[in-house]
Amino acid sequence: MKSAIDSILILLVLANLYLLVTSRIRSSIRVVAVQGILLGLIPIFAHSEGELFRAYLISFVSIALKGFLFPFLLNRVLSSTNLRREIEPIVGYTVSVLIGVALFIISLWLASRVPAVGHMHSVLALAVALSTMLIGLFFIVARRKAINQILGYIILENGIFAFGFALDIEAGMIVELGILIDALLAVSVMGLAVYHIHREYDGTDTSLLSALKD
Amino acid sequence: MNMILALVLLPALAGIISFFMRKAYAARALMISTAFAHLSLVVWCWHTRPAPFYQGWFALDSLGLLFLSVASFLFFFSTIYRVGSGNAGALVKKRDFEGSSTFIDFSESVYCGCMMLFLSTMTLVCVSLQFGMIWVGVEATTLASAPLIYYHMHKRSLEAAWKYLLICSVGIVIALLGNFFLAVAVSEGGLHSSLVLSSLMNRASLGHINIFWLKGAFLLFIVGYGTKMGLAPMHTWLPDAHSESPSAVSALLSGALLNCSFLGIIRAQQLLNAAGAGQLGRDLLIIFGIFSMAIAAIFILGQNDYKRMLAYSSVEHMGILAVGVGIGGIAVYGSMLHAVNHSLAKAALFFTAGNILTFYRSKSSLEVRGVLRFLPVSGVVWVAGFFAITGSPPFGTFFSEFSILKGMVDQDRIFIAVAYLALLAVVFVGMVGPFFKMAYGNMDQLPAERVNREPILSFIPPVVMMLAVLILGLCIPDALTSLILEAAGELGGLR
Repeated sequence: MKSAIDSILILLVLANLYLLVTSRIRSSIRVVAVQGILLGLIPIFAHSEGELFRAYLISFVSIALKGFLFPFLLNRVLSSTNLRREIEPIVGYTVSVLIGVALFIISLWLASRVPAVGHMHSVLALAVALSTMLIGLFFIVARRKAINQILGYIILENGIFAFGFALDIEAGMIVELGILIDALLAVSVMGLAVYHIHREYDGTDTSLLSALKD
Repeated sequence: MNMILALVLLPALAGIISFFMRKAYAARALMISTAFAHLSLVVWCWHTRPAPFYQGWFALDSLGLLFLSVASFLFFFSTIYRVGSGNAGALVKKRDFEGSSTFIDFSESVYCGCMMLFLSTMTLVCVSLQFGMIWVGVEATTLASAPLIYYHMHKRSLEAAWKYLLICSVGIVIALLGNFFLAVAVSEGGLHSSLVLSSLMNRASLGHINIFWLKGAFLLFIVGYGTKMGLAPMHTWLPDAHSESPSAVSALLSGALLNCSFLGIIRAQQLLNAAGAGQLGRDLLIIFGIFSMAIAAIFILGQNDYKRMLAYSSVEHMGILAVGVGIGGIAVYGSMLHAVNHSLAKAALFFTAGNILTFYRSKSSLEVRGVLRFLPVSGVVWVAGFFAITGSPPFGTFFSEFSILKGMVDQDRIFIAVAYLALLAVVFVGMVGPFFKMAYGNMDQLPAERVNREPILSFIPPVVMMLAVLILGLCIPDALTSLILEAAGELGGLR
């Protein structure tokens, strides 16, 4: 069980690094979807005794949303914008991947210094979660296209879910479903906003959005 | 049916129904009756506090009731204001007076639907006593209100809505991590625990909680919910969103939504107090609070856009609330009272700003002159609002800000008191010029003459709000005093 979770966590890190080098948005969406599916598998391995139903339900809902519905929505938005790749990100692709590796190392170091609490301790899980979150934040800052910023938001959220799932944190089933539904609504509303941005500005570069300032 | 459930579901269902309504007046009638029903239910809660529901996940304590009452009261008057403010909802192209393009507003049914969902989600935040549910509620408020900011459907409102969505969603996701940290903190001893506030506080007071993870959780909460509350330096979305949304929405964002987000931080502070680690939370609140006041003061000086000025003033007042809770003692009472006062005064000002904007068609305080002459009632509210928002007697804000100051002096925290007073003075100086030039002053060329300059329903809400702040300054009703005292007690102030 532990080794299965660890391999999933390693795959999540590889997905992060791939996201930092690719410029093609469609393949970024696909990788984020794969990341979501991997993430959704964790509860099946990590659940505690007698929680089988809850684990499978959360796993199913999370795979359905993050693995299939989110990419579907994002691809719809993408086809309405006739955008293929992000040519000139704010931080270049080579530098991005170096920063990604650095963030992972920093996360490992931080995670190893956190005091243990009961059974809930896994340095790797904490490090992967932390680095995924940091990479998500970095993605939001370092990319110009609005759709990539939605992807950054999803990556950030994946990192937090990785933390919650790997440590088998039970927030109550209603809350877990509520969080997933909120995430779905957030991605839909953001997708809608990107559609409007494209219609209004004839492009989805967020640097176009700079009329409001003091 | 349980009262708490009714409070959340009533506006939610009405909101969903509203999306399917064809006629603008029908949607609007539904919104007003929902607002009235919601307000009546809240008043009933003052009389008989509803029983907790679903194993204590949902309950109305004094803090929740206080913030819920403010939200419901403001919402009711914002619907009235909406009806008063003229041709809203007509699907016609309007000329954008700042840009050169034209724009079309949302349809009225979508507007009303989003408004009611917004009310429902804010209610959810106020009645939830389980950390996960509070998070779900706060995130849902963002999603329900983002379309409202984009109401005018032009470039600037789109930009504001996008920034709001992205910055607040990222902020709130950080608060989600705070929830997970909290779950780790209470898992000591290998027991799972539902994240219900009362049971967590029990565990914390018995020492069955890991302080390291609890402190980490608090840090994430204050950054996460602080983003939504508008604490500097995470406030960057706030001026844009408040200045671009329609005035009824700005009033709600400022007067109700920011408070609700503060409630998320307050709940975490309650837990920290129970665990005996309240000092960390209080120190952080003071740091963020004073910093917010300072940033707001800097941006208010020389601010020419009067709606942005009001928005920065909200950042300032959120800073004051944070400082008040951070100081403790009587300052907590002052802070809770100030939350009420600020919401009323700020809503009155945003409503009035909306009236001024409709008449002058300009958001620049350099281009608006003679409000008292052309819009007499709005002009009076505008001038009174200036005194109220800067905390001058006899308005309620004076007494609440004074209570916070007294808390500082009681504890001999002179440096903080001096900084607090100095920043309040800077804000006063920054606001006095624009406000009075707008109210007095002369204007040769008026924008197109209107038949009815001030429809009665457009000035009743701000007048009511202003009178309420004035009354709170002269004598606070006993029921409110005891509620605020109870709320402050729950938060560890005053015995």
